[in-house]
Amino acid sequence: MEHMGVEPDRIQFSWISSAESTKFVNVVNEVTKTIKALGPNKNFVKRPVEETVSKVA
Amino acid sequence: MLEYINKIKEISTKLLEEKKVDMIVGFRKGSLPMMNEPCFAKNTEDIQSFVWDSNCGINLANYLTNRKEKIGIVAKGCDSRNIVTHIIENKINRDQLTIIGVPCKGMIDRKMISDMFDSEITEVTENNGKITVKGNGFDKTLEKTEVLQENCAICIHRNPVIYDELVAKEVEEQKDVDRYEDVRNIEAMSPEDKWKTFDDLLKTCIRCYACRNACPLCYCPTCFVDEAKPQWVGKSQDPTDTRTFHFLRAFHCAGRCTDCGACVRACPMGINVRAFTKKLEKDCFELFNWEAGLSIEERPPLDTFKPGDPDEFIK
Repeated sequence: MEHMGVEPDRIQFSWISSAESTKFVNVVNEVTKTIKALGPNKNFVKRPVEETVSKVA
Repeated sequence: MLEYINKIKEISTKLLEEKKVDMIVGFRKGSLPMMNEPCFAKNTEDIQSFVWDSNCGINLANYLTNRKEKIGIVAKGCDSRNIVTHIIENKINRDQLTIIGVPCKGMIDRKMISDMFDSEITEVTENNGKITVKGNGFDKTLEKTEVLQENCAICIHRNPVIYDELVAKEVEEQKDVDRYEDVRNIEAMSPEDKWKTFDDLLKTCIRCYACRNACPLCYCPTCFVDEAKPQWVGKSQDPTDTRTFHFLRAFHCAGRCTDCGACVRACPMGINVRAFTKKLEKDCFELFNWEAGLSIEERPPLDTFKPGDPDEFIK
C-alpha cells in the first residue's frame, strides 16, 4: 500500500488478545490520533473530498 | 536458433510417436511479425509448424491449468518456473508432464521495435544475435541485446529449472544484474509522487484484462473483477476501480510471480504492468529470501509459517 502512495501511517497492524483491554484502548487512541493528524484520505476515493464537502454545505 | 527448433521437433516427434504424451505445447508463427502464438500439436504433422526464435515470449505454463492429459511442453527458464508453481499449487501433476527445456537468451520487445519505425513492420528475421526489421521503405539491423524485453534483460534464470529433455547446452546465466533499480526509484519517492506515478502509469488502461489472461498465475475459475455477487470492484474505467484491479491482482501474485513479462507483453496499451508485481517480488526476495518457482519441494512463504518471519509491521 505504501509503495502505491498511501501514507505510511494510514494503515496500521496490531495483534491484541481479547484479554488485553488496555492495549486495545491505547492502540485505538494512537491510531485515531495519527489518522486525524493526517487528515481525510484523498486517494482511493471515487469522489474527491472537496466535492463531497461542498455538496453537504 | 535453427538447431534449437530442429531439436524441439525431433524430441516432440519422438514423444508423440512413442505415445508418451497426448499433445505438445509449443510455438508457431503468428499472423503478424514478432507475434508467435501457442500451438497444440497432437500429431507429427502439427509439429512441423513449430518455431523457435526471440518472439516466443508468451508463457506456456498458462495452458496447463487443470489439464487431464499427458502433455509435452516447451519451456524457457520462466515457463519452467511457472510450471513448478503450477505443480506446487496442484494445477497439474509432475508425472503428466514431459518438459522440453529451452535455454533462453531473452525475448525481444515488440513494442520497443514497433515504436522505432513510423510505418508497419512486415518482416522480422534474426541471425546470430542480430535482428533485421523490414517494412515499407526501411530495412534495419538491430543488436538483439539492445531490444530485449525489460524483464529478459535483468533475468537471472535463463535456463529451465526443471526439465526432462534439454534442447541445447545451458546458456551462461547473467551475473551482477541490478534487478530492482526501478522499484527502488519508486520507493524513494514521497507518497504523493508515488500515487501520481501509478496514476500516470494506469491512465491508458482500458480494463481489457489481457494482462490477467496472459498470466499463468491468474487461473481462478471466477476472477474477483468478474464476480457480480458480491461485486468486489467497479467495472468502469474509474481510476479507483482500475487501480484496485491492478493492485489486487499484483497481491494475488505475491510470492508466485516469476517476472516472466507475459502481462506487459499482452498489454495493448503498452502499460508496464510489472511495476506492481515487481515490488512484491522484491519484498519476497528481501524478506523471505524467496524466488518463485525454483523447487517443487519448498513451500512458498505465503503458505508456511516460520518463527523468524519478519513482523516489524505489527504494533
